[in-house]
Amino acid sequence: MATHDPAALDGNALAGQLAFLGSPDVTSLVLRCATCGRTDVVARVRAYVTAMGSVARCVACDAVLVVAVEQPGGTLVAMPGASWVARS
Amino acid sequence: MSASSQWHVATVVDAPRITRTARAVTLSVPGFSGALAGQHVDLRLTAADGYQAVRSYSLTAVGADERVDVLVDRVPGGEVSTYLVDDLRVGDQMEVRGPLGGYFVWRPDDAGAVLLVAGGSGLAPLLAMLRARRKIGSTAPFRLVYSVRTPDDVFFPDELDGGASDVEVALVFTRTTPARWPRPAARLGKDDLVAPGFDAADGPTVFVCGSTGFVETVAGLVTELGHDPARVRTERFGGA
Ligand SMILES: Cc1cc2nc3c(=O)[nH]c(=O)nc-3n(C[C@H](O)[C@H](O)[C@H](O)COP(=O)(O)OP(=O)(O)OC[C@H]3O[C@@H](n4cnc5c(N)ncnc54)[C@H](O)[C@@H]3O)c2cc1C
Repeated sequence: MATHDPAALDGNALAGQLAFLGSPDVTSLVLRCATCGRTDVVARVRAYVTAMGSVARCVACDAVLVVAVEQPGGTLVAMPGASWVARS
Repeated sequence: MSASSQWHVATVVDAPRITRTARAVTLSVPGFSGALAGQHVDLRLTAADGYQAVRSYSLTAVGADERVDVLVDRVPGGEVSTYLVDDLRVGDQMEVRGPLGGYFVWRPDDAGAVLLVAGGSGLAPLLAMLRARRKIGSTAPFRLVYSVRTPDDVFFPDELDGGASDVEVALVFTRTTPARWPRPAARLGKDDLVAPGFDAADGPTVFVCGSTGFVETVAGLVTELGHDPARVRTERFGGA
């Protein structure tokens, strides 16, 4: 598991990149990990942010939950490892 | 599109140096409003050749619309923080997206006890919470544990001075202490996080903020002390 990885941030750090998806606040939405079933708010995932985009991983099993890619036309968001997203 | 997902033009109106390594930056941002204590903004800087860099900074104060207050500490070798701390001038422009984040937030109607734990620049969002609490006259019990390397690294020491408020502030020096300081210089440990009214049994909300290494250490300590992980909220800034 990727603990003490200096590049790791909280899902909260994704708020700006995902803000276009809607309001009030995307990081307060609840996400379920399709791999291990952990269910928690986006703010608590483990996030890796770069200029090209971001990856959000499950804090329990490290599965890739969300990928956001910055493109000239805007941000593209994929949720390969999430079984669902809901309002908390 | 909601206002917080748009980029707003921002102008630097004030940027005093507050320690050897940090500056408090105030931006005037038409269209920016409704921030909560604990939220952050994304700053976007654009170089003359079009190169852009985006970084997140926590708001150190809320309540005044069209105004953004942040605190930037220089990360050695860092691309954006060295520019903001060493080269930024009043009148410079950049872009701001926010306010952002609804989770690492203290709401003024919450009367419960709050334990704040800051490492270095991690003070920023916790300062917004302290200021919001004072501004509305909230009596929610607050305790701040603030870890810094040396006495010169304390941000806003006058404002944090325990005598000036009813908030208990415990400074933890990790390298050098002031003269005759009761606690020797050492990394923050479990003992620093224990205080009547703010222990696990009291069920405070715990906000932890600082470098990723600091946050992971403290999150581990408070969990070992028995705090309910669901009541522990973290904001990792990156870095070991
Ligand atoms: C939600 C959020 C809020 C933030 N709020 C603040 C704030 O209020 N004030 C502030 O000064 N910074 C804050 N940061 C950190 C900030 O976004 C930048 O990462 C930091 O200024 C370094 O950027 P840079 O371009 O100088 O360094 P880069 O060139 O991007 O790289 C330098 C390295 O330093 C690491 N780093 C970032 N922060 C720290 C730190 N505190 N200690 C050690 N290493 C670190 C980065 O992970 C990176 O690996 C926040 C980060 C997040 C995610």
